[in-house]
Amino acid sequence: MSVGRDTVQPYQKLRESLSRRDRSLREKVVTLEEAASFVSDGASVGIGGSTISRTPMAMIWQLIRARKKELSCSRCIISTDGDLLLGSGVSNHIISSWFAQGILWGLSKVMRHHVEGGAARYDEWSHMGMGMRFRAGAMGVPFMPMRSMLGSDVGRIRPEAKEFDCPYTGEKLLLAPALNPDVALIHVQRCDAYGNAQIDGLQFMDIDLAMAANRVILTTERIVSNNQIRRAPDQTKIPFFCVDAVVEVPYGSAPHECYGVYEPMMKHLDAYVAQVNGDPVGGMKKYLDEYVYGPKTWNDFLAMIGMDEIVTASRRGRSIFDD
Amino acid sequence: MTEQNRHTASEMLAILSARQLKEGQVVFAGIGVPLLAATLAQRLRCPGLTILFEGGVIGAFVEPGKLPPSTNDQRCTKRANMVLGSAEVLLLLQRGYVDVGFMGGAQIDKYGNLNSSFIGDPEKPKTRLPGTGGGNDISSLTNMIVAMKHEKRRFVDQVDFITSPGFIRGGKSRAESGLPEGGMFRVITELAVFGFDETSRRMKVLALNPGITREQVQDNTGFDLIFDDQVSITEPPTEHELITLRMLDPDRLFIA
Repeated sequence: MSVGRDTVQPYQKLRESLSRRDRSLREKVVTLEEAASFVSDGASVGIGGSTISRTPMAMIWQLIRARKKELSCSRCIISTDGDLLLGSGVSNHIISSWFAQGILWGLSKVMRHHVEGGAARYDEWSHMGMGMRFRAGAMGVPFMPMRSMLGSDVGRIRPEAKEFDCPYTGEKLLLAPALNPDVALIHVQRCDAYGNAQIDGLQFMDIDLAMAANRVILTTERIVSNNQIRRAPDQTKIPFFCVDAVVEVPYGSAPHECYGVYEPMMKHLDAYVAQVNGDPVGGMKKYLDEYVYGPKTWNDFLAMIGMDEIVTASRRGRSIFDD
Repeated sequence: MTEQNRHTASEMLAILSARQLKEGQVVFAGIGVPLLAATLAQRLRCPGLTILFEGGVIGAFVEPGKLPPSTNDQRCTKRANMVLGSAEVLLLLQRGYVDVGFMGGAQIDKYGNLNSSFIGDPEKPKTRLPGTGGGNDISSLTNMIVAMKHEKRRFVDQVDFITSPGFIRGGKSRAESGLPEGGMFRVITELAVFGFDETSRRMKVLALNPGITREQVQDNTGFDLIFDDQVSITEPPTEHELITLRMLDPDRLFIA
């Protein structure tokens, strides 16, 4: 199998691209539409969150509306967001450890349609493999050594993962190559206008992803003052100088969950899965026309999900704090 | 009513799996029956059992009726001891903090290798399955318990693709591949409980579930099974086990 666009970047190139970024403490608030211009056709895009949790859905929705092309998308575990990326033609390459609709719904017929037919690639790594790739990218080293993926076919079909004999112990190790996406899309509960981001609950691989990427677009449930950030700096998980754009998008992970704010919008997801798994081409086209290209704004999309769904998801989301 | 009719196959899997866990262990659990079984063991016999989830959760205490839809959801964290990043919790596996890994399986072979990636040729698959998730890491780095439905098409001589390694090609091949620790410990099905022969590393029947014959197990398996010299008969699920399990999953998300 050929090596994709996710090849290891030379250290000097990494440093150069970082040195060109404006790392000053400045306001970076833009609209979803403006943020989409940070993503070029053919870019490698790292996606934050995991499965159906804290997915930057509004940003993905906007990239589809902007008719981006040939994105190479990496995420630790990818679900219906991956469907939309492939089904819309925005992406033809997914790098992940797991790609399905979600545990409750099983296989993705959309993924199967695109991958089995050869229209798109899905490069599988172990979950830790994805973590070590983002970690190496964040650390500014070309690889991280690890022990899983050895002996399995997951390692065998990934020529980018090299087996290596440890120079200290002689033990066999596997080297996971650094992944430094051109752009990372990360959704958080709150950040300030500079991009100091606080993440509640499950962090997944987002901190490494933010440090590894050459640009970061943050979407956030709400923008708070820098004073509020400074009152609890230990809660800040991504520093402002990693961030290039901040977009305030309430319910920006819908219909997925955002820890402590809302749980998944299950009725919408149930109906979505039934429609696209029933007809991965026609059903997907219908969904995109109706829910992605149809509404004028993200709030219009939320209105189509419906007040009952959103209130129920919000009540369940906040219940994490109830005893 | 016979013993088998009193409970579903999934309930049997969850209860027999829960019995494999011991007080004080650290268990890395996947979604579905593994999560339910670990939680059941915690409630029945092992209050000091520590459950880890790949989402980054240490010391989970799942609430009855509020089972999470994946191990990456906020429900996994409620009343847990700690929340970490996903890579950090996986690195705990690598360091060796975890006694037992526990997951479900789609396809398994005689050496306990699991496949959740491809049916058919990986270059041109008949079916592209979801992939490993945490499975490859868990099975590479811990002693594994796998709970799965027992069907001939799932218990195959050789898996099409080794997503999560068991004993690979048997004998010492796992250690020689760079995985000196762990391996398959138990496979639990609605028909029997399996271990692995210490030398050949082939799957071996340790105990038959109540009312199940050796022939039934062999007939539903796509390779020749070894039977332990002292094959026992498993105790059927008790009322207490069943009631506790059904209280944990009243909507029958995972035990239907």
